[in-house]
Amino acid sequence: MVGIVGYGAHIPRHRIKVEEIAKVWGADAPSYKKGLLLTQKSVPPPDTDTITLSVEATKNALKRAGNINPADIGAIYIGSESHPYAVKPSGTIVADAIGACPRIHCADFEFACKAGSEAMYVCLGLVKSGYVKYGLAIGGDTSQGAPGDALEYSAAAGAAAFIMGSDNVIAEILYTDAYMTDTPDFWRREHEYYPQHGGRFTGEPAYFTHTMGAAKAIMEKANMKPKDFTYAVFHQPNGKFPMRVGKMLGFTKEQIEPGWLSPVLGNTYSGASPMGLTSTLDIAKPGDKILMVSYGSGAGSDAFIWQVTDRINDVRDKAVRTRKLLDENLTFVDYGTYAKFRHKIRKNK
Amino acid sequence: MFPSRIWREKGQRYRLEAGKCRTCGYIAFPPRLVCPECGAVEFETIKLPDIGKLLTYTVIRVAPSQFTDEAPYAIGIAELPNGVKLTAQLVDCDVEKIKVGMDVRIEFRRIQTHDTHGVISYGYKFVPKWY
Ligand SMILES: [Zn+2]
Repeated sequence: MVGIVGYGAHIPRHRIKVEEIAKVWGADAPSYKKGLLLTQKSVPPPDTDTITLSVEATKNALKRAGNINPADIGAIYIGSESHPYAVKPSGTIVADAIGACPRIHCADFEFACKAGSEAMYVCLGLVKSGYVKYGLAIGGDTSQGAPGDALEYSAAAGAAAFIMGSDNVIAEILYTDAYMTDTPDFWRREHEYYPQHGGRFTGEPAYFTHTMGAAKAIMEKANMKPKDFTYAVFHQPNGKFPMRVGKMLGFTKEQIEPGWLSPVLGNTYSGASPMGLTSTLDIAKPGDKILMVSYGSGAGSDAFIWQVTDRINDVRDKAVRTRKLLDENLTFVDYGTYAKFRHKIRKNK
Repeated sequence: MFPSRIWREKGQRYRLEAGKCRTCGYIAFPPRLVCPECGAVEFETIKLPDIGKLLTYTVIRVAPSQFTDEAPYAIGIAELPNGVKLTAQLVDCDVEKIKVGMDVRIEFRRIQTHDTHGVISYGYKFVPKWY
C-alpha cells in the first residue's frame, strides 16, 4: 500500500481583512467580499518565507509519521511560485533543517498553484517504484498580488507537507490523473515583481476546464461518482471557485466544506489544495474516500483519489490541526504593516 | 552573514544540535570542543527540545541596521526542559505583552536578509506557545 504516512501544515498568524485593502484603493469591500467569497487572507511577516513555512509544515508531518528517521527520506520536492532564491534550491535548506541530508534527491518545482500537487504526484511514483523509502512533498507559497490588483485581496501564505511511503499509511493513493493544456491565464516574466493575469480568462477556459477535466478523467478511471466520495478538495484561488466547480461536478457543500479554507485564508497558491487535504484528513474517518484536484495556471490540474486508513485516528492529533492554525491566535494587521511586511514600500538604501 | 559561517553553523542554527559531554553529561549549546565542566573532549550530538520557558528578555527599540525594519523586537533567554538556556529573538507577539515565565516554542525563521542580493540566513526564533 502506497500513500501518505505523515502530513502537516503551517500558516503565518497574521491576517489582513478585505476592508483594510479596499479602503486604501477606494474599492468597494462588500462587492469584493461577495465576488471572491473571501473575508481575509494570511500575511507572512518578513522573517517567514516558503522555506520557513515548509520546515514548520514538515515538522508537523514528521510528528504524524511517528517520528520516522528523516535520513530515510529519499526525495524532497518543494512546489512553489515564491521560492526565496531565483537561483539556489529551497529543498536543500529544508532537507538540512529536518536532518534528511545528504543522501536525498532534491528539486524545486514550479507550476503556478499546481507545484505542490506535482511534488506529491512524483513522490508517490518514486515510492511505488521502490526508488525511495519515503518521499517528502511540500506545497507552499508567500504569494504577492500587485497593489490594487484583484489578486492582492487573495494572494496569501501557507504550506502543507506530505511524507509518502508504503508502511503505516494514513491515506492510501488509489488513483492519480492529470489534465493539462497550454493556456496563458496567469504568468510572471523574469525580473518582474508581480504576476499578470488574463482577467476573466482565468475562469472558464482555465480553472474550470482543467479542474473539471482532471476530476472527470479520474472518476471515469476509478469508475466512481461524486456520491462515492466522503470529501472533495479543489484548488481555491478564492472562496467562490472551488464551491462552484464542486457543484458543477455534482458534489455537495458538505463534501467540500472541510477542505474549503480560502474564505478566511486566501489563496496559498501551491499550498492551497494540499492544505485543503490536510484540513480534510484532520476530520476524516477510516474508509473515507477523498477526491483532490489541484489547479495551476498555465495550465493544468492533478487529481488524486485517497482512501483513509485506520491509522488516521492514531495520528491526527499528534500535530496541530490546520483549522486551529486558521482560526485561532490571529493578529490582524493594517495596510501599512502589510505593505512593510511585503516590501511594498521603497526605502533609501 | 558570510555563506561560510551559515554553512558551518547550520547544525546548531537549523537543527538545534548541541554537544552532550560523554563524561559528565553537560550539554553545550552552541557545541564546544572542550567541556567547561570536566574538561573532557568527547561529545555526543543531541537535538534540543523545541519548547521552553522565558527566563528574561529585553526589547530592542534602536536596532542595528540589518534589523531596523523589525524594531521594536524582543530578545529573550528561555530555559528548555533539559535545563539548557537559549537566547533568541521572540517574535509573533506584541512586545508590550511579553511576560517572564511564558511558554515559548522554537520555530524556523529567517534571521538575516542582506538586502535583496545577499545570502539569506535561517535559524531559530521563539514564538509564544499558544497550543
Ligand atoms: Zn563534561
